[in-house]
Amino acid sequence: MTLKIYIPIDSTALSLGAEEVYRAILLESKNRKLEIEIVRNGSRGLFFLEPLVEVETNKGRMAYGPVDISDVPSLFDSEFFLGRPHKLCLGLTDEIEWLKKQERLTYARVGITDPLNIEDYEKYDGFKGLKNAIKLEPQLIVKEVTESGLRGRGGAAFPTGIKWQTVLDAPSEKKYIVCNADEGDSGTYSDRMIMENDPFVLIEGMIIAGLAVGADMGYIYLRSEYPHALAVLNKAINIAKENNYLGNNILGTDHNFELEVTRAAGAYICGEETSLLESLEGKRGMVRYKPPLPAIEGLYGKPTVVNNVISLATIPIIMDKGGSYYADFGVGRSKGTLPIQLAGNLKNTGLIEKAFGITLRELLYDFGGGSATGKSIKAVQVGGPLGAFIPEAQFDTPLDYEKFSEIKAVVGHGGIVAFDTTADMSKLARYSFEFCAIESCGKCTPCRIGSTRGMEVIDKIKSGKDQEKNIKLLKDLGETMVEGSLCAMGGMTPFPVISALNFFPEDFGVEKKETSA
Amino acid sequence: MTFRTNHSIYIELTMTLTEIQIKKIEQLVSNFQDTPGALLPLMHAIQDDLGYVPEDSYSIISKAYNLSIAEIHGFVTFYHHFRTHPSGKNILQVCRAESCQAMGSEEIELYCKDTLGIDYHETTDDNLITLEPIYCLGNCACSPAVMINDNVIGRVSKKKIDDIIRIAKENL
Repeated sequence: MTLKIYIPIDSTALSLGAEEVYRAILLESKNRKLEIEIVRNGSRGLFFLEPLVEVETNKGRMAYGPVDISDVPSLFDSEFFLGRPHKLCLGLTDEIEWLKKQERLTYARVGITDPLNIEDYEKYDGFKGLKNAIKLEPQLIVKEVTESGLRGRGGAAFPTGIKWQTVLDAPSEKKYIVCNADEGDSGTYSDRMIMENDPFVLIEGMIIAGLAVGADMGYIYLRSEYPHALAVLNKAINIAKENNYLGNNILGTDHNFELEVTRAAGAYICGEETSLLESLEGKRGMVRYKPPLPAIEGLYGKPTVVNNVISLATIPIIMDKGGSYYADFGVGRSKGTLPIQLAGNLKNTGLIEKAFGITLRELLYDFGGGSATGKSIKAVQVGGPLGAFIPEAQFDTPLDYEKFSEIKAVVGHGGIVAFDTTADMSKLARYSFEFCAIESCGKCTPCRIGSTRGMEVIDKIKSGKDQEKNIKLLKDLGETMVEGSLCAMGGMTPFPVISALNFFPEDFGVEKKETSA
Repeated sequence: MTFRTNHSIYIELTMTLTEIQIKKIEQLVSNFQDTPGALLPLMHAIQDDLGYVPEDSYSIISKAYNLSIAEIHGFVTFYHHFRTHPSGKNILQVCRAESCQAMGSEEIELYCKDTLGIDYHETTDDNLITLEPIYCLGNCACSPAVMINDNVIGRVSKKKIDDIIRIAKENL
């Protein structure tokens, strides 16, 4: 029997030396004259254990990690390739508590399969959703998606079904599907993981979107910071074409769908949908006025579905198992699951796909294991650089769009960045403005100029100059930006700033009483 | 840790384009002539090939695509990814975003600047490394992170920065 070993090819695993481990294992198996088949799978998302090497046994896959190249000889000495014990052995992968407690729907295949093996994809339920959808009238596909309760996973949480209905109802010869893969929020990597580790699920979701609204052209607008995802997606698109899932007469029907990847160019603002469309049209990524909505007048003025990677990658399971199956997960109006990404100062970081409703505390301590440094967790920022800082007192808030909105925070794209007690919240607040100044498209004055003025006001507060007056000024500026900006860049930058000031005034050199107002 | 240097065609620090470079640009401009939204893929193609987008290419693009030089300049300068001057042989991008800050990226930033003796957007005198800030590499589970050319490195320490610089020198 040939022995089978899995070594991840996800870029975070690679960033920790998975490629070197692969080469060391390959060399060692040759030296020992062992017949070993090495599969380069995706990552399971347990990044605190990467590089995580798995071995196929008759009981299931056995995990070893984190593996360093210096561990390779001893792994071979203890015959890990037969699933034998070793100090790095973590037991059966499926039994690892961190993974076992999850509800993997969108990420069902991630880490299990070879990302570019289309037979693997089909074997693990791939293209089942498409095969169901292709037999349905467009309206029935949209109905199923609406029933699933899926909301935009990019951050805005707009109901996907309603967006699709608008595009379906818009009369036009030409329509587009645009995938927003400009995942710029710090603390998030779920899009990257889908694109690198299960690219066919995104492709399948986009084809279904095309069938649902009558579009035959799709673009994936991918951030330039993800060269590995770019290579994987381009290969996957070619494989899908060769297998008649893309191109003309998909699966022998009259349906056509073309798909292309467009590389973005390092502008955070292009994650905003209208700015993204401008960029895709070959212009500066300046935010557009809304209305008209992109669903009515989007790319080149045509009706366009703009969805985030996770939203689109969730469509196949909805069309496979039904909208109500998906809607059974979650709480209140937050249906289904969310890929939560633990990042920053945490002991156990990685991807957790869980139904909505889990609390921050459970995520940070039960999954995250507390801070990496061993100090207490001072605050977390959820939902990227525009999300509010949340203090320990609010860690019992459940992950739910509405519950988060009640505490003036956002779930966003599901990234959680933790900070320990050494973090200076005034520095982070200042950085929020600095980031806004660097990334603002410049269309709205409050965002373009307010961001720079905001930095100056924070500096004045910190230096103790007219504190009371300047705190009032900072709050006024925040309101102006929230009310006077077209998009979330200017409109949400004050959230982290003001939350930092309200919850951690001492970091600004301010006594607590002065900020309450 | 291994990585390759960045550009297939490496060019000397000169702002005047050679005949070969002009031919190359003209070729790329015509390749994308019929592509909708051509400027974005075109600029990537030029930068991938030449290592930067020379301002001298604007007039060629302007004529072919019927755009003003101002429009092209506005486009190129809007995007952080495009550079109008040649870079060093390696590009080291240090993540400045929140997750990396939570894990001490500020110290890594300072260490890079001190060790290389340059600030952001600058190149070492020996043309070995250009230092750039970057805002999230999607490697937030293993912060702090840097990218050297197309390779992401996680849980970066000062020692790993030393390794990167050493390998860059060895690659010469």
